[in-house]
Amino acid sequence: MNLALVFEQLLNGVQFGVMLFLMAAGLTLVFGIMNLVNLAHGSLYMVGAYLAVSAIQWTGNYLLGVLLGLAGTLLVGMLVEVVALRTLYERDHLDQVLATFGLILFFNELVAMIWGRTALYTELPSWLEGHIEIFSGSRYPLYRALVIAVGLGVALGLWYVVTRTRLGMLIRAGASNRTMVAALGVNIRLLYTVVFGFGAALAGLAGLMSGPIYAVQPGMGELILIQVFVVIVIGGIGSIRGAFVGALVVGIVDTLGRAFLKPLLGTVLSPTAAEAAGPALASMLIYLLMAVVLALRPEGLFPSRGT
Amino acid sequence: MPGRARILLWSAVIALLILLPPVAEALKQTFYIDLLRRVMIFAIAAASLNLILGYGGMISFGHAAYLGIGAYAVGILAFHGVDSGWMQWGTAIAASAVVAAVIGAVSIRTSGIYFIMITLAFTQMLYYLGMSLEVYGRDDGMRIKTHSQFWGLIDLADPVSFYYLVLALMLASLYLVHRLANSRFGMVLRAAKSNEARSRAIGFSPYLYRLAAFVIAGALCGLAGALLANHTAYISPDFMHWTRSGEIMFMVILGGIATTAGPLFGAFTLLVLETLLAGWTEHWQVYLGPLLILSVIFFRRGLAGILPGARDA
Repeated sequence: MNLALVFEQLLNGVQFGVMLFLMAAGLTLVFGIMNLVNLAHGSLYMVGAYLAVSAIQWTGNYLLGVLLGLAGTLLVGMLVEVVALRTLYERDHLDQVLATFGLILFFNELVAMIWGRTALYTELPSWLEGHIEIFSGSRYPLYRALVIAVGLGVALGLWYVVTRTRLGMLIRAGASNRTMVAALGVNIRLLYTVVFGFGAALAGLAGLMSGPIYAVQPGMGELILIQVFVVIVIGGIGSIRGAFVGALVVGIVDTLGRAFLKPLLGTVLSPTAAEAAGPALASMLIYLLMAVVLALRPEGLFPSRGT
Repeated sequence: MPGRARILLWSAVIALLILLPPVAEALKQTFYIDLLRRVMIFAIAAASLNLILGYGGMISFGHAAYLGIGAYAVGILAFHGVDSGWMQWGTAIAASAVVAAVIGAVSIRTSGIYFIMITLAFTQMLYYLGMSLEVYGRDDGMRIKTHSQFWGLIDLADPVSFYYLVLALMLASLYLVHRLANSRFGMVLRAAKSNEARSRAIGFSPYLYRLAAFVIAGALCGLAGALLANHTAYISPDFMHWTRSGEIMFMVILGGIATTAGPLFGAFTLLVLETLLAGWTEHWQVYLGPLLILSVIFFRRGLAGILPGARDA
């Protein structure tokens, strides 16, 4: 285990972390403002990935395809909000969980009908292939570095929008007291649709960036969704800052666990025992982390102060 | 007379369930014995969830965990040559209770959305554990060669005997949950659901009551898992997949939350609907999904809510 390898896995962890953040930001905003538990957030991630794959093939241009995919996911998200979710804001969490569970079944099967069940892989344009040298002897794939940069850029932009703009002010006000915001004459319905579409576009962005790294297939959204739940529970539901910290922690812990837990266990256990326990423990690691955080701080690391 | 209507309804349901095997065999449609047996096994799982979800207000999104633990207890013991049903089912129930105690002890400290997510996460952990058990087939699962043995008292390899055993156990489970929900214990549980602050004020600390209900529900669902393993003669981590938890939850809601018969109606409707849709089109989930959404939006009281006298709350 040399230092360059550890560094590379650490970067992979950050890369996974920023993708988790893109998902978590939308989910936590939707929960914080509309008090809606949206299990179908993972479906938007999947829709983003598929739309981008198709749009890239159709236009033959990577950037154009990415933009079309993003716009498409934004539209799908707003459509879902207007058609299905709007009636659920006043319902309890149980109804929301069940209805959005229905949405997942629908989207997974719809995608399988249109694109088939086999996994798709996105081809990277030549200018995104290759490696960059971070310090001598450490080469890192350019695309993954770009993902990190985009993720951090979005985080920065989100921070700016939420803390420095009028829209952000409305979002924060909506999160702490919805009724009051509506009473002050803000079109809260429109605000909801905008926030939901915005969250959907972020999920779509995460999905379409995941295309060249992981497989694009039906059900891909749920795999990441459950990890995103862990992120926002650790970070504190409704808090974007918490989502950012939680996402990086979960991304790094998960990636390092998968890479190094088996060899580490091998130094204390017999090789066969490490072979068996390593992968199991690695995939359970983030859930253990969440249980520990919740046992110590039931509201997460950064509890939001809204009602 | 809601009381009389209820007795009539129950008699009709039980009579139909008892008469099904001979009729199905006479018509050479043994497929229906299998289907109904599966429905009743899931009715037990749904009834156990109904205890904590319906009466206790604890939205557990990880109830499939106990289904999996029960099934794996049977499968693992059978793999190592322990065929005794008493041992297998006893282990299934005990192991589920222990795991439920651990999960419950952590989860019940939280509430609302945190509770939903943490129960989901724990089940996901067990799912990945099942996926990585090399000896027991990993993600492929494994076949169980022999059914649970009960000193020759009953032969589970015979579909009809097994059917009647499941029927008896299901009726017992529904009755158990009904009695629990209407006992002093159940009253405290329901009081804590409707107003936690008030039930604290009159001197009850809900935590232990909730934990006890959580453990009982886990144990009962463990039994359903043991039955399911015998039903399919097969175990796989898919028993613990989170969509399975969603299905069980949906059965409770569809049938009528916090009603005695709800879990049976819910399990029946959902599984029969799935079977029908799956026989009609490969892409049945495209239709099932919107049906779920519509039923949540427009059909809030569940099936038991529209039947006269079936509602006992």
